[in-house]
Amino acid sequence: MEDNLAVHVDGLTKYYGDLLAVDHIHFDVKKGGIFGFLGPNGAGKTTTIRMLCGLLKPSDGKANVAGFDIQKEIVEVKGRIGVVPEISNLYDELTSLENLIFMCRLYGVPKSQREKRAEALLQLLRLEGKRDALFSSLSKGMKRSLTIAAALVHEPSLIFLDEPTSGLDVVSARNLRAIIRQLNQRGTSIFLTTHNTEEANLLCHRIAIIVKGRIIANDTPEALKRSVQGEFTVEIGVENPDLPDLSGFIEEMDGIEEVKRNQNRFVLRFSGRPPWEVFLPSLHKRGVLVTSVNTLQPTLEDAFVKITGLDKEMMMMEKEGKKG
Amino acid sequence: MTISKELKAIYFISLKDIQSYYFKPPNISWGIIFPLAMTLAFYLRNPRGMIDLIPGLLGMTILFGSTSMEAVVITFERRLGSFERLLLAPVSLEGVLAGKILGGAFFGFVVSSAMLVVSLFFFSFPRFNLFFLIPSLILSALTFSALGAFVSVAVKEVFEAQTLANLFRFPMIFLSGVFIPVETLPKPLQIISYLLPLTYSVESLRNSLLSSHHFIPFWISLLILVVFSSSLYLASVRVLRERLG
Repeated sequence: MEDNLAVHVDGLTKYYGDLLAVDHIHFDVKKGGIFGFLGPNGAGKTTTIRMLCGLLKPSDGKANVAGFDIQKEIVEVKGRIGVVPEISNLYDELTSLENLIFMCRLYGVPKSQREKRAEALLQLLRLEGKRDALFSSLSKGMKRSLTIAAALVHEPSLIFLDEPTSGLDVVSARNLRAIIRQLNQRGTSIFLTTHNTEEANLLCHRIAIIVKGRIIANDTPEALKRSVQGEFTVEIGVENPDLPDLSGFIEEMDGIEEVKRNQNRFVLRFSGRPPWEVFLPSLHKRGVLVTSVNTLQPTLEDAFVKITGLDKEMMMMEKEGKKG
Repeated sequence: MTISKELKAIYFISLKDIQSYYFKPPNISWGIIFPLAMTLAFYLRNPRGMIDLIPGLLGMTILFGSTSMEAVVITFERRLGSFERLLLAPVSLEGVLAGKILGGAFFGFVVSSAMLVVSLFFFSFPRFNLFFLIPSLILSALTFSALGAFVSVAVKEVFEAQTLANLFRFPMIFLSGVFIPVETLPKPLQIISYLLPLTYSVESLRNSLLSSHHFIPFWISLLILVVFSSSLYLASVRVLRERLG
């Protein structure tokens, strides 16, 4: 394993009985980066993270995490990584401070540093006011933050975050992303799984897309977005969108691949450069009153939809089946 | 990971359990009040013959004290997800379970020791051998706590753990010489008695408090308790490892 790698995965595979959950995947995570594992629910993201953290035994393949073999030296691996599982799982019956002190004890933090470190983490995660509050009494966002603090007590060089903002409100999710960036700026490598393309786009330096247990793309967000270039998306605003069969008329026009209507706006996907010289005059001739024309840049979501062939609605489904 | 780090982690896991769970009301009712009520009931019924029952009641107290929380704590933490915190820490699975078992054993030891101290005010035991008594109490507490851990890892739901624990505990009370001497039981029941760890716990306590003339020699009882506690501990590790995939 090269020195600049935080994680090296080689053919990792997991079967649950006959079900192949993770299918011979290969990838590397560079030290100091934010690596995103993007995929719909059930794609194998959590299974992969659980194998890398020592919670599940791989059926086949190898992986090195923080310089140690996960099959032979898992206790060494565990001492060098921090893990934030999808469920905030600290002890309800302990306070925020007590939970962090217990984690310090488990990870062998020297006695003289435990309280100091726990207090510093409470401050970093903006939980000073909840120092003596029971974990059970915290809000969902605060529980998430404290779970992140618990993963940092031993100052790991790499942290795994499984769907870090899943189920959080907008403000809590934004705060959490700021904390993740802050940790990364301090030199911590981050490995996160998400089913949220926007989140992956905002945070990650590199993204691997996993579908049905297989990695089907692994690149920077910019490079993934470039893969959908050549397709143009144009949004037009229309004053009279209820003209008879307007959608059908637009769909019939040259170069149009897809038309979506959202009230008085139409989002049009062209297979190449839009034929502006005939497109707007044709609309005018049909009596369409165009109020605005915007050319949309391809998003990571567009790239994801093109690469995976999946419906983006399906991508945003939370584990319980509700939309994220 | 050095051995000293592993041992420290084991100590902190058991300490956390003792502080968080063992002196909470549900544990006090099964772990302290139930054996105390049984003891009192027998005392009121027959104060004179009570001294012969003390080793059995002491064994029963260790059984309930060590298993009352231990038999549900792992199931409970697995349901909540907090057990995973221990599995993510740099401690072996063997270490995690050792920490859990020590927590339960400590509580069983403390409760039974307290009962023993109280009984010393009321009874004069013909033979009070501390060198016999302490290993008997410790090994009994470890065995029953390991039994609790085994129950706890073997099931998925807390109510299943409670049911399974009682399935072990109540027949043991009647078949292991707590109230009725094993020698007086019908032969087929005696065979079952020999398969139960409480029989050896009660026997070792009788040897420590009453006389050295019992049907199972003291050292054999202790040896069998060592075999029971290690087997239950190893079985718990194995079952949990399989369950975790």
